[in-house]
Amino acid sequence: MNGRQAANGAIWIALLTMPWWMNALGGYTELGTQVVVLALTAMALNFLLGFTGVLSFGHAAYFGLGAYGVGLTIRYLVPSTPLGILVGVAVGTVAAAVIGALIIRLRGVYFAMVTIAFAQVFYFIAFRWNKVTGGDDGLISWTRQPLDLGFARIDILHNAIAFYYLVLVLFALAAAIMALLLRSPFGRTLLAIRENERRARFLGIPVELHMWLSFVISCLFASLGGTLYALLNNFVDPRALHWNMSGNFVIMAVLGGMRSFWGPLIGAAIFVVLQDYVSSMTENWQSFLGLFFVLVVLFFPRGVLGVLRRRAVS
Amino acid sequence: MTQLIAFNVFNGLIVGAFYALMALGLSLILNLSGVINFAHGGFLALGGYLAYTLIPHIGFWGALVVAPFLTAALGLIVERFLIRRLYGRDPLYSLLLTFGLAYIFEDGTRTIWGASSVPYQIPASLNSPLSSQFFFLTGYRLFMVALVAVAVVGLFLILNRTRLGMRIRAGTSDLETVSVLGVNVRILRTLNFGLGIYLAGLAGVLAAGMLGLEPTIGTALIMPSFVAIIVGGLGSLPGTLLGGLLIGVASGVTTVFFPSASEAVMYIMMGLVLLIRPRGLLGEEGRIQ
Repeated sequence: MNGRQAANGAIWIALLTMPWWMNALGGYTELGTQVVVLALTAMALNFLLGFTGVLSFGHAAYFGLGAYGVGLTIRYLVPSTPLGILVGVAVGTVAAAVIGALIIRLRGVYFAMVTIAFAQVFYFIAFRWNKVTGGDDGLISWTRQPLDLGFARIDILHNAIAFYYLVLVLFALAAAIMALLLRSPFGRTLLAIRENERRARFLGIPVELHMWLSFVISCLFASLGGTLYALLNNFVDPRALHWNMSGNFVIMAVLGGMRSFWGPLIGAAIFVVLQDYVSSMTENWQSFLGLFFVLVVLFFPRGVLGVLRRRAVS
Repeated sequence: MTQLIAFNVFNGLIVGAFYALMALGLSLILNLSGVINFAHGGFLALGGYLAYTLIPHIGFWGALVVAPFLTAALGLIVERFLIRRLYGRDPLYSLLLTFGLAYIFEDGTRTIWGASSVPYQIPASLNSPLSSQFFFLTGYRLFMVALVAVAVVGLFLILNRTRLGMRIRAGTSDLETVSVLGVNVRILRTLNFGLGIYLAGLAGVLAAGMLGLEPTIGTALIMPSFVAIIVGGLGSLPGTLLGGLLIGVASGVTTVFFPSASEAVMYIMMGLVLLIRPRGLLGEEGRIQ
């Protein structure tokens, strides 16, 4: 057993036993669920950011579309959690496919700028379309529905631990798919594009197609994260679509380490715990968050795992 | 009806002028340094609040002169001590840094001046309607349009007629060569950043009188400015100007017929431009890479 397998094992054991140690440490189960949900989204973003080298700053759009997708489905169409998740993910993915095709020719800062601006469209729609989305007050009067497996019924609404494990199962599935993709020839091609786009192009790789696919895959899992986020809170509001949210995902990925698969999970854990703590201490948590961004960029750009890895090498 | 349309077109033009002023500053910084300044809206709000604080002491006209310079001075400090460290690194980092600064600015103005909007005094001489039929043509509005025009002409004169402007334009197309030719690129970037922030401060002083001054005033203007840059053309300042005015008027006209889509319309325009002409209306070939 090498170091990598040991680290993977430790992460999975920590995640599987979370409900036991979280309360002992003074947290609560929902806090753990929130970490896993945001980690899923940040890892999805990092698929694009860290492994394809494409700078997307608008992932809140797909996260929020997933969230509204599940909320609106349960509220208006069918009271079913799995169907809601499917609809949410489908909506987010289709939007990503269309927008991705529009913007894939742009690079670097320009790509970032366009992703931010497009994310804002959905924010305004959610904000303005009062009758359906509840506008600024958010979408209320719906809750996640018990899971009906045919032979058993799992009450994920009142049993927070059961919901945590549902989230963890989906997280594991998403993480496994992303890890497998990154190990496949497709994933290696993405790394090649990240390292040297021009050379990849000269080798005959259809760069735009690969970037588009990476964008869509990344947004698919980001919208899955969004659906789970809405289900966790039994509530969605336009802030799930706001660019502040996109920025938070990027800082999670950077903080944990963009070049490592598990980096965003570490980043999300630190971010969520810190936010929970600081916002209970002071009204000016936004300033702390801003200062945190500045400090991470100036003094800690490689992130936790990046620093650890460098230490292990030297 | 004609009056209503005229009112909204004029309104859109004014708002578009703010978008343009803000987008020009963003564009200057983006073109020369490759930094998307997310904190630009924060600087704009700061300009407005500084003017608000100064008006009781030196009057509106004094504040109009002084506040943008104070804002620009802060911009110079921020560039010198924070942003300068990130040149040449992945643009992700400067984006995150200015993103954090935007948080600090918004929260800071809220803490100092309060979360709700503050009463902002504009001179009475400018505040009366000029004609009863076109009630919306107050002196202040005409004055704003005129001043934005002066600022834009001034900016283009600086860029085209002075040594500094010449260097900025040269640096925009090839910074390395400019550096090799003996121009101090560090100072050039700092001054250029200050110039951009000056425009944001000026926009803040003017916008506060029309849109109402509250901590989120800058946040509300920054997204349209991004859209203006993309629509107008990446790397082109005249394009940015055009883009700002266009989306301002477009959302003004939409307000007449379909008010709830007044924001959506500019994003639709952006989508169309990206579909048909990805480099933007007046964008340079090759800039998007």
